[in-house]
Amino acid sequence: MVSLSYDIAHLLAGGLVLVSFMLLYQDRLYSLLNVFALQAVVLAGAVAWQAHIQGAHHLYVTAAIALAFKAVLVPWALHRIVERLGVHREVETVVRIGPTMLAGMGLVALSVVLMLPLTAAENPLAREDLAFALSVILLGLLMMVTRRNAVSQVVGFMSLENGLVLAATGARGMPLVVEISVAFSVLIALIVIGVFLFRIRERFDTVDVAALDESRGERP
Amino acid sequence: MTALDAALLLSGGLLALGPAALPLARRPGGPALLHGAAATLSAALALLGLWALVAPGAPVQAVLPLGLPWLGAHFRLDALAAFFILVLGAGGTAASLYGIGYGRHLEAPGRVLPFYGPFLGAMALVLFADDAFTFLLSWESMSLLSWALVLADHRNPEARSASYVYLLMAGIGTMALLFAFGLLAGPGGGYAFAAIAAAERGPGVTAAILFLMLAGAGSKAGVFPLHVWLPLAHPAAPSHVSALMSGVMTKIALYGFIRVGFDLLGPVAWWASPVVIVLGSTTAVMGILLANVDRDAKRILAYSTIENVGVIFAALGLALAFRANGMTALAALALTAALFHILNHMLFKSLLFMAAGAVLAATGRRTLDALGGLIHRMPATAFLALVGVTAIAALPPLNGFASEWLLFQGILQSPGLPQPALQLLLPGAGGMLALAAALAAACFVRFYGIIFLGRPRSEAAAGAVEVDRWSLAAMAGLALLCLFGGILPGAVLDTLAPAVGLATGGRIPPQLGNSWATLVPVTAGQSSYSGLLVLAFITFGAMTSAWLVHRLASHRLRRGPAWDCGFPLTDGRSQYSAGGFSQPIRRALGGTLVAAREHVVMPPPGDMRPARHAAESGDVAWMRLYLPAAAAVGGLATRLNTLQFLTIRRYLGLVFVSLILLLVGLTQWN
Amino acid sequence: MELILGLLVQGGQMLVVLLLAPGLVGLVRKVRARLTRRRGAPVLQPYRDLLRLMKKEVVLAENASWMFRVAPYTIFAATWVAAALVPTFALGLQFSWTADLIAIVALLGSARFFLALAGMDVGTAFGGIGASREVMIGAFAEPAMLLTVFTLALVAGSTQLSVVAAFMASPAVGLRVSLGMALVALVIVAIAENARIPVDNPATHLELTMVHEAMVLEYSGRHLAMIEIAAALKLLLYVALIACVFFPWGMAAAGSGVLAHLLGLAAFLLKLAAGGVLLATFETAIAKMRVFRVPDFLGAALMLGLLGTLLLFVSRSL
Repeated sequence: MVSLSYDIAHLLAGGLVLVSFMLLYQDRLYSLLNVFALQAVVLAGAVAWQAHIQGAHHLYVTAAIALAFKAVLVPWALHRIVERLGVHREVETVVRIGPTMLAGMGLVALSVVLMLPLTAAENPLAREDLAFALSVILLGLLMMVTRRNAVSQVVGFMSLENGLVLAATGARGMPLVVEISVAFSVLIALIVIGVFLFRIRERFDTVDVAALDESRGERP
Repeated sequence: MTALDAALLLSGGLLALGPAALPLARRPGGPALLHGAAATLSAALALLGLWALVAPGAPVQAVLPLGLPWLGAHFRLDALAAFFILVLGAGGTAASLYGIGYGRHLEAPGRVLPFYGPFLGAMALVLFADDAFTFLLSWESMSLLSWALVLADHRNPEARSASYVYLLMAGIGTMALLFAFGLLAGPGGGYAFAAIAAAERGPGVTAAILFLMLAGAGSKAGVFPLHVWLPLAHPAAPSHVSALMSGVMTKIALYGFIRVGFDLLGPVAWWASPVVIVLGSTTAVMGILLANVDRDAKRILAYSTIENVGVIFAALGLALAFRANGMTALAALALTAALFHILNHMLFKSLLFMAAGAVLAATGRRTLDALGGLIHRMPATAFLALVGVTAIAALPPLNGFASEWLLFQGILQSPGLPQPALQLLLPGAGGMLALAAALAAACFVRFYGIIFLGRPRSEAAAGAVEVDRWSLAAMAGLALLCLFGGILPGAVLDTLAPAVGLATGGRIPPQLGNSWATLVPVTAGQSSYSGLLVLAFITFGAMTSAWLVHRLASHRLRRGPAWDCGFPLTDGRSQYSAGGFSQPIRRALGGTLVAAREHVVMPPPGDMRPARHAAESGDVAWMRLYLPAAAAVGGLATRLNTLQFLTIRRYLGLVFVSLILLLVGLTQWN
Repeated sequence: MELILGLLVQGGQMLVVLLLAPGLVGLVRKVRARLTRRRGAPVLQPYRDLLRLMKKEVVLAENASWMFRVAPYTIFAATWVAAALVPTFALGLQFSWTADLIAIVALLGSARFFLALAGMDVGTAFGGIGASREVMIGAFAEPAMLLTVFTLALVAGSTQLSVVAAFMASPAVGLRVSLGMALVALVIVAIAENARIPVDNPATHLELTMVHEAMVLEYSGRHLAMIEIAAALKLLLYVALIACVFFPWGMAAAGSGVLAHLLGLAAFLLKLAAGGVLLATFETAIAKMRVFRVPDFLGAALMLGLLGTLLLFVSRSL
């Protein structure tokens, strides 16, 4: 029978996929941000557990970064942005939630079918982590594609990045420097997007990215 | 005389009913006589099929000097054919018995009866055929005769357009079959089934044949998106013919698929099976969704036939997947589920079409919104229809549940399959089938509730009277068989084991030895179900509780007006309508799948016009696939119209260009 | 001897579920009342209500058919049979092989089918609205339930509840995120099937928001009593099902002694009370959702079931 350490890693990585689906299911911006914070917490847990079983101490730093930035700072900042902008608090979807979830299911199946044969030589834990990480990445992309509101697109982007971190820790390869720089680049991206949001809002009085198409003259 | 000779004689007798009907149909008592003869011959066929299934023996073959001179007509009776003969015979008997009574309501018996017997006979010949030529000839006769039956009410423009669409689709289906048998026979041209079964083929050709059969047999059975003719044609025919078309003819089509896919074709690569599974489960969900939003009683039943055909195809796909991996016992389980469901669907769908026919005969109406309250006017029909809807909604302890349960047990075994794609696909397919089953329950609550329960919605429904005894007897027989299949499924499964063995080479554990008629598809530790005990417990529980309550608590009863939260409206139209009933499902699932739209016209305040609400929905396949295709063909034809007004020189030029093109093609060929 | 014990356990089970079911409803009501700072009716109130209803005369709508009068007993019997087959305090049920989990779900489906038909029998608008919404909820709940069953069958290798429970109690079962998903999915299905908040409000009498109550609006007297018992049995069944599959501790093994059975009974009572308190807390904390949000809610259960099986395949194929 598989060991407890494997079981817990499985639980945390599977939980990450589950939380990605919860992100897709939300229809309010604030709860979306809360679920995103939850995802970061689960990610931190998964990374810390990997650090524990791999004996790789630098991964604890990664976990701490995830916890500090993504679970606290970023959601807080986005909360502020939503509040300041006074945007519509509902998530505006392009495709309805049901079909989006179904598509997400298909993406998970796709990443499983794709990753398991590719990584046949690795140890079970890494294989599973990679399969789940690819699912999280694809689900983040799906979220960016199917949401109208720039704030939820940002959340999709961040959750995509969470998938990358999971993949990196599972593959035992990522040096700390890279992880820190990735974390900072994400933070900078957040700042840029934040500024960008305010600018869109000033010009178009909405954060619906469809308004941008209009300014480019793509819509009549 | 062998069993096959007897069977062929009986089929010949059914064919001979056609010419006999020409003088007899218009005489008083003629229709009853013809239907009675058809019932007798069909019953004999059914018994013969049963006997051939139960009595062990080698398949019998015969060659008659008919048809192509160098080929002759090969016939054969083996276990698989015997099972379908049983289905055909039982369905034909019930429909013909029903016809004895229902025939009095036929407007033009002369347009029905000459085709009725031969239709049954042609279906039987499809089952006995042992070479491609006989098979296709019988198949085509079956199509044409049923086409004539659809056109029986030829003054009705709806029936005319239905028969036109049917003829087109049958043509497309037969073309696919022609290609399939062409590939099967190969360059050597061995058209006898024995030669076809012995031939060697590559996996690509095998899969191509399977898909062609899926298109050819599937279009006759009603596989999405080739189903569009079925909801038009099946309801247009007289009700006992509708019962035959939905209950039996779709099964003959399935026989064609099983005969080729399992018996003649040899091993099929595993990657062909997901196509069948996906197509089957999609068909099931789409069919039952369309049934849920339709408002015509017989069309609802036709759409539900599509659903059941989808369920059967999903089971066949599962059997193909297991067989491709050498898991014969599990392939046998899936195929057993498919064959059991084939039998069950024949029983309850015939029963329900007959009930719909009885309602039609009593009220003259088919739209749900004109019916209601018939449980008071037609108590026997209502009771028998209740058995039918319980069975078709896959509820225990009736037969529909037993076969769907068996199918789910097969799906639960899918983790044993080695291919990850199949492993991931099958739970999803199982979910879709469960959705289809639950939607079927919703659909038939609506069907039964609006037709039989509540209060009449029209004068015609208020004045209905019970139908004749022949019709009731036919329905009662089918209802009894539904109950039998539900509580003693083991007996049915053991009977059809030889047919399953012939197609898959495996079998499920024998069921008759189990205590309390329990079904144990794999092992007792994994799953078991006893319809007999479930029925016994429910009956016992209901009876004792009713007795105790009446005895110990109270049995007083007073009739009063309905309460309805204090606003009982007397008009029958204040009840929920068919469109209203399906609204939650239409809103939840119908947006894209059945193109459901709602229009509300709300006049501004002060305007005295009434507010109006209209809901519409339709078949997406028809709207997105067929109408554009038809428009494209129409447009192309208009363009080509200019070709009719050319000069002689240009005509000659056309001929010349095509000649050159053909010659160039010939150089490439060699 | 074994046969007698099995029969005894089976009979005890049937009595236990029947006797405890109204108590569970009373407990949930009581806790809800306390949570909203009301005193609430005593826990035993549902028993009194049932007895009172039993003794009252039936007022039957003029055009009600035999269907309307037969349905309450049929619904009660089908639910009772289903509840009698879910192991509550002991595993050694004599007739546990009569129906596996799929068949138990289908039995509840039969009960729903007849309840919806009975709702349409008198031909009132409310009966229709209730029936149409109920079948919609069923249409989504059943596939979600089947996918949950699929997850369980994958883990335990069986759909036979006693086998599943025995497996889940053994150390062979590891920590599986799929099982967590199956649990959540099953809870969602249970809430929807039992017409609880947020899907339906059992306490409401505001017509446009009700589903179950609208269907049984025309029922009175002993008929209503039978339907209420059936509803209580169904609630108990789902709590027992969740307890039996996910918290199978303390159940008496097949063929064990009297003491083990008594302990099992005590454990079951505890689980039932815990389930009732949790349900009441959840219901107090959440608001009822619009009817057309219900498909999304049940769709989430469907997705959880599917995701659970997918993830399970990943860990199985390693």
